[in-house]
Amino acid sequence: MDIWLPENVSTFGQGVDNLFILIYWITLIAFILVTATLIAFLILYRHRPGHKATYIEGSTKLEITWTTATTVIVFGLALLSYPQWNRIKSPTELPPADVVVEVSAKQFNWDMTYPGPDGEFDTEDDLQLENQLHVPVDKIVHIRLTSVDVIHSFFVPNLRLKQDTLPNRFITVWFEATKPGRFEIPCAELCGFQHSGMLGYLTVHSQADYDAWKAERWPPQ
Amino acid sequence: MQDNENKSHENDNDEHHLPANGDNGTESHDHDHDHDHDHDHDHVHDHDHDHDHDHAHNHEESFISKYIFSLDHKMIGKQFLLYGLIMFFVGGGLALLFRWQLAYPERPVPIIGASQQYIDDGEVVTAADRMWEKIFDSDKEEWLEVNMPSGVIEPAFYNMLFTMHATIMVFFVVVPILVGAFGNFLIPLMIGTRDMAFPVLNMLSFWLAVLAAIIMTAGFFVPGGHAAAGWTGYAPLSADPQWTGVDWGQNLWAISLLIQGFSSLVGSINYITTVINMRAPGMTFFRLPLVIWSLFIVAILLLLAFPVLSSALALLIFDRLAGTTFFSSTAEGGGDPLLWQHLFWFFGHPEVYILILPGMGIASEILPVFSRKPIFGYHSMVYAMITIAFMGWIVWGHHMFQSGMQPGLGTFFMTTTMLIAVPSAIKTFNWLGTLFRGSIRFTTPMLHGIAFVSMFVIGGLSGIYMANTPVDIYIHDTYYIVAHIHYVVFGGSLFAIFGGIIYWFPKMYGRHMNDTLSKIHFWLTFIAFNCTFFPMHILGVGGHMRRISNPMQYEFLQGFQGINIFITMSAFTLGFAQLILLYNFFWSMARGKVAEKNPWNVTTLEWEAPTPVPHGNFAQIPTVYRGPYEYSVPGEESDWIPQAQPEHAPATGGD
Repeated sequence: MDIWLPENVSTFGQGVDNLFILIYWITLIAFILVTATLIAFLILYRHRPGHKATYIEGSTKLEITWTTATTVIVFGLALLSYPQWNRIKSPTELPPADVVVEVSAKQFNWDMTYPGPDGEFDTEDDLQLENQLHVPVDKIVHIRLTSVDVIHSFFVPNLRLKQDTLPNRFITVWFEATKPGRFEIPCAELCGFQHSGMLGYLTVHSQADYDAWKAERWPPQ
Repeated sequence: MQDNENKSHENDNDEHHLPANGDNGTESHDHDHDHDHDHDHDHVHDHDHDHDHDHAHNHEESFISKYIFSLDHKMIGKQFLLYGLIMFFVGGGLALLFRWQLAYPERPVPIIGASQQYIDDGEVVTAADRMWEKIFDSDKEEWLEVNMPSGVIEPAFYNMLFTMHATIMVFFVVVPILVGAFGNFLIPLMIGTRDMAFPVLNMLSFWLAVLAAIIMTAGFFVPGGHAAAGWTGYAPLSADPQWTGVDWGQNLWAISLLIQGFSSLVGSINYITTVINMRAPGMTFFRLPLVIWSLFIVAILLLLAFPVLSSALALLIFDRLAGTTFFSSTAEGGGDPLLWQHLFWFFGHPEVYILILPGMGIASEILPVFSRKPIFGYHSMVYAMITIAFMGWIVWGHHMFQSGMQPGLGTFFMTTTMLIAVPSAIKTFNWLGTLFRGSIRFTTPMLHGIAFVSMFVIGGLSGIYMANTPVDIYIHDTYYIVAHIHYVVFGGSLFAIFGGIIYWFPKMYGRHMNDTLSKIHFWLTFIAFNCTFFPMHILGVGGHMRRISNPMQYEFLQGFQGINIFITMSAFTLGFAQLILLYNFFWSMARGKVAEKNPWNVTTLEWEAPTPVPHGNFAQIPTVYRGPYEYSVPGEESDWIPQAQPEHAPATGGD
C-alpha cells in the first residue's frame, strides 16, 4: 500500500513536494525533540519522596531564544514558499498557453469545452466532452475554470493542482504534464448530495497520440 | 504550618484589604456594593464585617429557582456542562454513523440497519425497532426510508451527518463546555467574588443556548432533512434550496446559530464585566490565574467575532427566504459567494482560537499544581495568548487559499499564519519549562494535561503544512485538515475539558470522580484517539478528499480501504470510552468519595471557598496577596502558598 504522496506528473509538482518534504523533516524533528524532552522530564522529575520541586519562575533568555528561533524558521519557510506559490497561482506569472480548455463544473460533472482548430471559444467547431480532459504532454495547458451552479473544486492529485471553481467567474490555472497517462479529477469541495463520485479524467497524450485524437475529433476537411 | 488549607485570614482581614501594588484596588474594593442579588436579600455586602457564614443556607429556594432558572453562576456552569456532555454524545453518535459508511460503503448500519426487516414486513422485529417506533411513531418508517433505505446511509443523509457533527461539536459542545461551563463556574470563584456581574443575563445565556440546541436538533425531522452544506455552510450551496434539496433544515441551522450567537454575546459581556470590575482586593491583572486570562481573552474574541457570523447568517436567511442575492453571483443582483467565505472565516478563525485558548488555560492550571512548581514564564504565557488572539483576526484568508481569492492575498495570509506558530511554540516551551525540575504527580487531571500538551504539539505542527500555500494546494480539503482540526480540538480542547472536569469535579459536586474509571477512560481515549486521527494524516497525504461518502468510487483511493476500516474501529472504541466517562460522571456525583475543601493543595481562590460552594461563594471575600502559582517557594516549609494567605503568616513570624 502506498502511503506517501501519489506520483507527481507536473512540472511545478516537484516544487510542492520538495516543500512538503522540507516541512515534513522540520516538523518531524521538532516533534521528536519536544516529545523526547517531555518524556525525559516526566521520568526525571517524577515525584519521589524527599525531593522537592525547584522554584523557577521563568527565564527571559530562554523566552527570547525560542521566540527568535521559531520566528527565523517560519519566516525562512515562508520565503522559500513565495516563489512556488507565485509560479503556480499568480495570474501575472502565467506562462503563455499552448492549449486552452474551458472546464465548467456543474452538479455533478465536469464539462470540458475544447475550442477546436480555430482556437476560439463560442464558435461552431467547439467540442464539449463530459468529464474527459485530453491534453498533450510537455505543453503548457491553460484551464479556464468556471461553474454553472455552486462552488466545486478542480483537483488533480497527480498534478498537485487544486482550484475552486466559482459561478459566473473564470479563473485560469495552468499546468504542464510531464508524462502521458490517465489521471483522476475528483471534485474537492462539497457541492451537493452526489459530491462523492463527481469525477472526471485527465488523459495526457504523447504528441503523436494527441494529434491522432484531434484528427479524430476534428477530421481534416 | 501553612499546609492547613483552612488557614483563615479572618482575624487579620481588616489590616490587609489592599496590598501595596493593588493598582485596581479601587474598582475591586467597592464591587460588593453593586452586587445585589434579588434572591440573596440576606447577603451582607460589606466584606469588612464579620458575618454569618451560613448566609446562603438561610434562604429557602424552590427546586425551579435552584436547579432550572438558577441565577447562581455555579449552577449555570453545571447546567452548561451537562448540556455540553449531552450534545457531545449526539455529535459523537453522528460521527460514528458516517464512519461506518466510510469503512463499509453501501452496507447497512448495524442495529439501526436491522430495520430493513421492519420495512420489508411491516413488523417490529428488534429492540431497536421498538425504540425507533416509540420515538417516531408512524413517521418512523418514512424517516428511515428517506435517510437510510435498507439501513444504508444515503449520500444526502451522509452530508447532513458530517455537517451536524461539526456544527454540534463546535457550537454546542466545545464552546458551551469551555466557555459556558468552565467560564461560569471558575471566573467568580477564581477572581474572588460572589457571582457574575449580571446573573439574569447569565441565566438568559444558558436558556438561549437550550433554545438553539432544540432548534438545531429539530432540523433532522423537517421535510427535506437537515442542513447539508458543511458546518462552514458555503454559499451558494447553502443559499438556495435547489442545490441541496434541503429547505427548512438549512433555515433552522442558521436561526439556531443566530440564537447561539446571542447566547455567546450575552455571556461574553458578562465575563468581561466581571473580570474587569469584580476582582477581589489585591487580585491585579497579573495575579489572575492563566485560565481566567484565557477566558477573558476568549470573551473578548466572542464579543467581536460572533456578530460577524450573525450578520452573515442574517444575509443567508434573507437569501433563502426573502429572495435577496447577497451570496449568489448567478442571479441578477450582484452578490458573491466569496463574501460568505470572508464573513464566515473572519468569524471562524477567531472561533478556532476560542476553541483552544481555554484549553491552554486549563492546562496551565493543571501542570503547575501537579508539578508543584510555578508556571514557567507567566508573563510570556499571557502575552502569547494576547498575541494569538490578535493575530487570529488577520489569518482568516488561509482557509481560502484555493477559493479564487487573489493569490497575492494568499502570500500575506501565509505569512501571518506561519507567525502564529511563534506564540504557540512559546506556550509549548513554557509548559515544558513548567515540568523541568518539578515534582510531577501523575494524577488523572495531570495525565490529561500532559496529553493536551503532546497532542497540541502534533496539531500545531500539522498546521504548518496547511499554512504553506504551495503545500496547501495539494492537501487543502483532504483528510490532512480533518486530522489537524481533530488534533487541535479533540486532542487539545477535549483532553483539557476531561482534565478540567476531573480536576474541578470535587469543587463542583463535593465528591471525587472514581479514579480507576477515570484512568481507564484516559488511556482508552488517548490510544483510541491517536488510532482514529493519526492515520488521517496518511489519508490526507494520499489525497483522500474530506466530505466524500464513498472513497471506493475513486481509483486512487482504493488502497486506503484498510486504513478507513481501522479508523472506524478506533472511532467506535473512542466512542465507547466516552460512555465510561459518562457513567463515572453521574455515578461519582452521587457516590464518589467525598472531597475535602482543597484536595489537590492548590493556591488559587476557588479552593478557598467551602465545599460544596454555597450561594455567594465565600464567607468573606478573600484578599489576594500574591500570584497564582506559588509552589515550592524556597524557605517555606509547605510547598504551596495560597493566593489569599497574608504576607506574613503568624506561624512563620514577621516584622
